[in-house]
Amino acid sequence: MVTLKLILRNRLAAFGGIVLLAVCCVALLAPLLPLADPDITDPVNRLKRPFSDGALLGTDHLGRDLLSRLIWGTRLSLAVGIAAALIAAFIGSAIGIVAGFYGGRIDDLTMRGIDMLMAFPYILLALAIVAVLGPGLLNALYAVAVVNIPFFARNIRGVTVSIAHREFVDAARLSGMGRLRIIWSEILPNVLPVIVIAMSTTIGWMILETAGLSFLGLGSQPPQADLGSMLGEGRKLLINAPHASIVPGVMIFVIVMSVNLLGDGVRDALDPRLRAGALSRPAAATRVERPSPPAAGKTDALLQVVDLQTEFQVGPRTYKAVGGVDFEVAPGECLGLIGESGSGKSVTALSLLGLVASPPGVIAGGAVRLDGEDTLSMNGEALRRVRGGRVAYVFQDPLATLHPLYRVGDQMVEAIRSHRPLSRQEAWNHSVALLEKVRIPNAAARAKAYPHELSGGMRQRVGIALALVNDPDLVIADEPTTALDVTVQAQVLALLDELRRERNMALIFITHDFGVVAQLCDRVAVMYAGRIVETGPTEEVLAAPRHPYTRRLIACVPELGGGRRALSAIPGLPPPVDALPAGCAFAPRCDKAQNACRQGEVVLQSCGMRAVRCLFPEGATP
Amino acid sequence: MTPALAVRGLGKTFGGGRSLLGRPKPAVHAVRDVSFAVAPGETLGIVGESGCGKSTLARMLVGLLAPSEGSIEIEGKDLSDQTGDPVAFGRLIQYVFQDPISSLNPRKTVRQILEAPLIHLLGLDAAARKARIAELFEAVNLRKEFLERYPHEFSGGQAQRIGIARALAASPRILVLDEPVSALDVSVQAQVLNLLAELREAFDLTYLFISHDLAVVEAVSDRVAVLYFGRVVEMGQAEKIFTAPRHPYTGLLARSAPLIGRPLLRTEAAAAELPDPLNPPPGCAFAARCGRAQDDCRGGPPPLTQLSTDHETACLHPLN
Repeated sequence: MVTLKLILRNRLAAFGGIVLLAVCCVALLAPLLPLADPDITDPVNRLKRPFSDGALLGTDHLGRDLLSRLIWGTRLSLAVGIAAALIAAFIGSAIGIVAGFYGGRIDDLTMRGIDMLMAFPYILLALAIVAVLGPGLLNALYAVAVVNIPFFARNIRGVTVSIAHREFVDAARLSGMGRLRIIWSEILPNVLPVIVIAMSTTIGWMILETAGLSFLGLGSQPPQADLGSMLGEGRKLLINAPHASIVPGVMIFVIVMSVNLLGDGVRDALDPRLRAGALSRPAAATRVERPSPPAAGKTDALLQVVDLQTEFQVGPRTYKAVGGVDFEVAPGECLGLIGESGSGKSVTALSLLGLVASPPGVIAGGAVRLDGEDTLSMNGEALRRVRGGRVAYVFQDPLATLHPLYRVGDQMVEAIRSHRPLSRQEAWNHSVALLEKVRIPNAAARAKAYPHELSGGMRQRVGIALALVNDPDLVIADEPTTALDVTVQAQVLALLDELRRERNMALIFITHDFGVVAQLCDRVAVMYAGRIVETGPTEEVLAAPRHPYTRRLIACVPELGGGRRALSAIPGLPPPVDALPAGCAFAPRCDKAQNACRQGEVVLQSCGMRAVRCLFPEGATP
Repeated sequence: MTPALAVRGLGKTFGGGRSLLGRPKPAVHAVRDVSFAVAPGETLGIVGESGCGKSTLARMLVGLLAPSEGSIEIEGKDLSDQTGDPVAFGRLIQYVFQDPISSLNPRKTVRQILEAPLIHLLGLDAAARKARIAELFEAVNLRKEFLERYPHEFSGGQAQRIGIARALAASPRILVLDEPVSALDVSVQAQVLNLLAELREAFDLTYLFISHDLAVVEAVSDRVAVLYFGRVVEMGQAEKIFTAPRHPYTGLLARSAPLIGRPLLRTEAAAAELPDPLNPPPGCAFAARCGRAQDDCRGGPPPLTQLSTDHETACLHPLN
């Protein structure tokens, strides 16, 4: 149902679908319609023009009624095209699934066979098959089906390989299922959408190819009409009686066009990547739709974030990923942003320089001031100068953020030269020096390496060096060590700490790990459901948390050296950010919550260096 | 007492053999010569960094992968001639996956997922299956109305409970838990860990708990085995192994874990990396990273030697 709605929302696809449906209905109803017999010749009335008496579309060179032949021919062409598509999809998918699932030698043998089939131009192959089998519509159908098998086999094999290595297939094996049953009940349901997509985009081709063979006289044999043979007969009279070829030609065009429009719609609706909006290109900067930026407060902070609100508008829902975040970062300071997944910490970081993908992201309020200047109102050029210039990012997965096809040194050179007028050589030397700085052994040689040639720890060092190329005042590191092993993590953290002290660089460090925050950060801000619930100097917050969430989250983290024990947990889940409860977002999970907590806003109350968003903070007398 | 699980000389080599032209193909020894025994009701923690072979070991133990050498014995029954056959293993030992969502088929309802082992491993009829599923759902604290839903409707913690219920469905004696909580948030992680502890008591299970998180492993295990580069380098009591490590690698791991109130570690040289698996060093694989390494470390792989009744290490020059 959802799929159908998605298809219909795509206007072109809906148009194609309606046209195709109409054509199919007419073709199906052919025996019931008051049509002349398509095969009765009437030489007296040959080549009548369209709209003449008794023949709406005229007659052909033997005086047969063109309308009748067109409808019967469409019926035949559609049937052959669809049958060919079904046969090709069935055999091709079966080959693809078997090859992809079993792999190894079976895969090698079948796929090399398919490759050989693909080495012939398809029309030549179809001609050869028809030549062997003899002309005839059924043989043309076989030929078209065989020619299209490789397309399905290759497509489906690729998808099957990726599914066959998923964990749920292992789980099915552990559940005692045999291989055939796994193919049938685990693989096939997941491959089916791809088969449908492939079919919907090729069925038009199949109709064209069948028409092509009939046009050459190898498909339907006279007097039987299909669109291709009608076109072939009309071709001889193209000058004298153009309608005899225009009528079937237009019909082929209408069918193939409507099939393709509908097929594209089906593909867009079924393909999860396209459905997730892979086709909509995000804007260069996040859309800002705020009433007016809040007034600038007096501050000597490097970065001042005031009431930042970022939303994702998906369909009728609004996800308030960041719901009013305030914080400041002083020059040279390290602020830890800590929270669980979905707490809005990464979106906060990306919002600072308008890096949240738009659509669906929108900054709905607040201001981000870098040395007093609001980054959210900067134009594209000014924003680009700041990004990777004064403010740089380090992301979690360096393999995904480094370009796989460029040498790491070249990527650094590019980052330098887009900000500073240095020669290539100077920029290269600077890059190598930085790689040495982040303690990459043999830096001059490693600068020429591609990202995949480096280990995870080395790649993250490159990621850090890349952030440092333009001497930023502020580095935003989003879970930079989460993907690394502990021994490597320790090294990368030590490196970051040393660099920031040496260069007096401010650092916003986003993590879910209290141990990391404790070792690295001067101050910490704890986020929950899109808001900061507590902030203060790291040691104080960790030693005496004021917000119940902070206290209980710290209690959940097992510490090394505690021995075997039961761990404390927080029951329940964070609230979905498209349906936040009134009042405190943590109240439903909080053992101290009272009625007041569930009504109205709870504000972040400051007390010296610390602030907490709680009506009944820990350690306060009730 | 017969151990619940006994593994002797287990090894797995990927690749190898010869090409059509007779040239030897590169071989990677993912796991080498691993031996241990787990007592009934015990939890053995297995710790190691990425690439140390812990997942390969786990997959061999549950029969998803056939070992290249060695034997696996479960409750005294030698399964060596049935390796690589999950059906033979499935009733004795089951597996809980790291990523709870991707280990559930997105196109099946939870009920269909839980029924599979009951049909194929136990051969239960419809009524018995229904009763067993209700029992399982009760055990993992999930509400019955979830049974007709699809996996994408669940949070990570709930999905992992479903994964655990599936593993328990065929009433196995042993569960291999492969990083069961590392994809979960801390507040949810503890929920799942505590559930696992309750289930172990309730069903008298034996656990193999694989993780890279030392603190979690220490909190749930009786004994811990530390893997490095495909070999067990140290094995001992959970409460002692990280506080008083004997192998320098265990020591490094314990010092690297970020801990509140401990300054950042700055000792190890930057070049510290795993050896090339295609071209492994002849001696101790850790020698290149080890401050205590001497010439004899590079000669041959140091054997796992008994230091005390319940502590073994594969080091020629162990810490104090």
